[in-house]
Amino acid sequence: MQPQTIERHTISVLVDNEAGVLARVIGLFSGRGYNIESLTVAEVDATEHLSRITIVTSGTAMIIEQIKNQLNRLVPVHTVNDLTIEGPHVARELALIKVKSTGERRVESLRIADIFRARVVDATNDSFVFEMTGSTEKLSAFINLMKPLGLVDVSRTGVVAIARGAEAL
Amino acid sequence: MANEEMNGAQMVIRALVDQGVDVIFGYPGGAVLPIYDELFKQNALRHVLVRHEQGAVHAAEGYARSTGKVGAVLVTSGPGATNMVTPLTDALMDSIPIVCLTGQVPTHLIGNDAFQEADTVGITRPCTKHNYLVKSIGELPRIMHEAFYVARSGRPGPVVVDLPKDVQQAKGTYSNGVTAKHRSYNPQMKGDIRAIEQALDLIAKAERPLFYCGGGIINSGPTASKLLKQFVNLTGFPITLTLMGLGAFPASDKQFLGMLGMHGMYESNHAMHDCDVMINIGARFDDRITGRLAAFSPNSKKIHVDIDPSSINKNVRVDVPIVGDAAHVLEDMIRLWKAKQIRPNQKALDAWWKQIEGWRARDCLKYRPSDSVIKPQYALQRLFHAIKDKDFYITTEVGQHQMWAAQFLRFEKPNHWMTSGGLGTMGYGFPAAIGVQMAHPESLVIDVAGEASFLMNMQEMSTAMQYKLPVKVFILNNQWMGMVRQWQELLHGERYSESYMESLPDFEKLADAFGFVGLRADKPSEVDDVIKEMIAVKQPVLVDMRVDKTENCFPMIPSGSAHNEMLLGPDDVAKPVSEEGMVLV
Repeated sequence: MQPQTIERHTISVLVDNEAGVLARVIGLFSGRGYNIESLTVAEVDATEHLSRITIVTSGTAMIIEQIKNQLNRLVPVHTVNDLTIEGPHVARELALIKVKSTGERRVESLRIADIFRARVVDATNDSFVFEMTGSTEKLSAFINLMKPLGLVDVSRTGVVAIARGAEAL
Repeated sequence: MANEEMNGAQMVIRALVDQGVDVIFGYPGGAVLPIYDELFKQNALRHVLVRHEQGAVHAAEGYARSTGKVGAVLVTSGPGATNMVTPLTDALMDSIPIVCLTGQVPTHLIGNDAFQEADTVGITRPCTKHNYLVKSIGELPRIMHEAFYVARSGRPGPVVVDLPKDVQQAKGTYSNGVTAKHRSYNPQMKGDIRAIEQALDLIAKAERPLFYCGGGIINSGPTASKLLKQFVNLTGFPITLTLMGLGAFPASDKQFLGMLGMHGMYESNHAMHDCDVMINIGARFDDRITGRLAAFSPNSKKIHVDIDPSSINKNVRVDVPIVGDAAHVLEDMIRLWKAKQIRPNQKALDAWWKQIEGWRARDCLKYRPSDSVIKPQYALQRLFHAIKDKDFYITTEVGQHQMWAAQFLRFEKPNHWMTSGGLGTMGYGFPAAIGVQMAHPESLVIDVAGEASFLMNMQEMSTAMQYKLPVKVFILNNQWMGMVRQWQELLHGERYSESYMESLPDFEKLADAFGFVGLRADKPSEVDDVIKEMIAVKQPVLVDMRVDKTENCFPMIPSGSAHNEMLLGPDDVAKPVSEEGMVLV
């Protein structure tokens, strides 16, 4: 075991959907100097008032363990699952990508979007907005390809993830 | 008497009483007037008016630490709440259970920059275990009871309940809603039995074992201290305690090596460095304990029992982690130890004790006595001599005097030593002493203080007078911020930047002005008489003990050094501190 190796982990946190809960989680990360690579949050159970926060973070094995223990001890936190070590999981991100171009570059952007299975959700005579879902790497690859073709704006959701198989977290 | 109609302020008082609170420390203001009005109309709950909100939480900490109960505080919005930040952080760092009620502007004004409005839950979020803003009367009873549950459960800590004024005045239904199980917060009390067995295997084979225990034992309750003594005596192993743990194991027991850490005992620190099995129960590998991490107890297998999983593997990687309450785990350990009829390796243990006795023989607390000036160590030795057979409680401020008090005063029982360990809050000890005295009116309560720390919360002298609390303030007055001066001498080329306390008050006259009895000693020959009088007077006393201005606190592990690189005294100061060490505080 090399304790100094930096690992990236996707952590799924089930919390009470109450005022300030996100501030508690973010404050924990900033106060203790942990990284947040992405963070998503939304209510997942309206009757029980539960939200799921998905955090992608990085650190040494010791830091990752700390992060999970620190999250677990927050009062409104119900469960903390480290999807990276608990077995196979699916992680997806959604992006909206605006490209402004005309002529050959416009056609090229559409052709690449087709290869990446991005959908056009808005179009004008000199622009497209593509919608795309996939892994973080796939989204980044597409966005890089759009740069020379007139990329003007990107909006990404951050990662949401869930374990594979029939088991619930 | 399940459900009753009442207003929010009445509910607050009712919930406090139902939670067993008998004393609340506080300071009124606009946003809590409805609660103060209800306080006025009842007799079940006693209110202690402090003179600065900071003093309220420190007093509640003293009360909580000396009784094992939750300390309660009531202050107003805005400045009342912002003055809570330091003592709440103090309580968080030292795991002291506190429920702090803060007034808030009415809900419809929140966010409008109203008069005396502050984002209390935002400001106190990082310095509390948990906090609540009560937005409607319907959730008030649940939150009040939950606040006490959270404050005292698991690793204890401070909880803030922010109470908008309109909620205090709204009518609603009160229920004594002590629910069976919390929705999400249910700390693990019992340790994993396989891990405990693994720990016992290590303990059984140990040749140079050491118990290293801390405040977790005290927070667990008196049973944990009893079980600890039983288990330590069963094994015959040596034990050292942290600053927060003093009293968890009787100081007079032969197996006790004394406190460890930066100003801990030579024998404790060397035993930590050389041990082969370390049994940590309720201590958190604080940097004041470990010294240089890379050189910390390099050859030991480490067992760590802690109720807070986030304390395990935070600073030091351990071999056998056990999450659980100290008393529960100790109970299991003793039971299994007896069932398995474990016998320690007595031959190895004898050799280990022989080595420890060798370290003990260095007599690391010795100092150069003087006939002309009062040595602070001498003053504390004489103090201890005078109080040791009495029912005494000690609080301290922060600095040299605190370390000397930890070294020279000895505690046989838990809950008798109150000090600011984690945060190191100057000004803690005096209000804490007031809280202790409120809880133990007949006991001898002494705040061992430095003159600089005492000045930080001396306004509480009025509080002591108002409630006729005969607290004793024992100032070791060296006219310096002693610990700052010591570091400047040892680490910063004797450049004494801003550490000299000029224009000190005449403490005897100060005592007089507030109605305290003022006493002063200038010569060693006067020390005993002053202490005797301080104890005899049944009133608050302020003692101005004029001690040696240049005395340094030894032994000492310099910043960035290892346990076996201790300085024993002034003649030992040779090696300059490394660059790495200079960065550390």
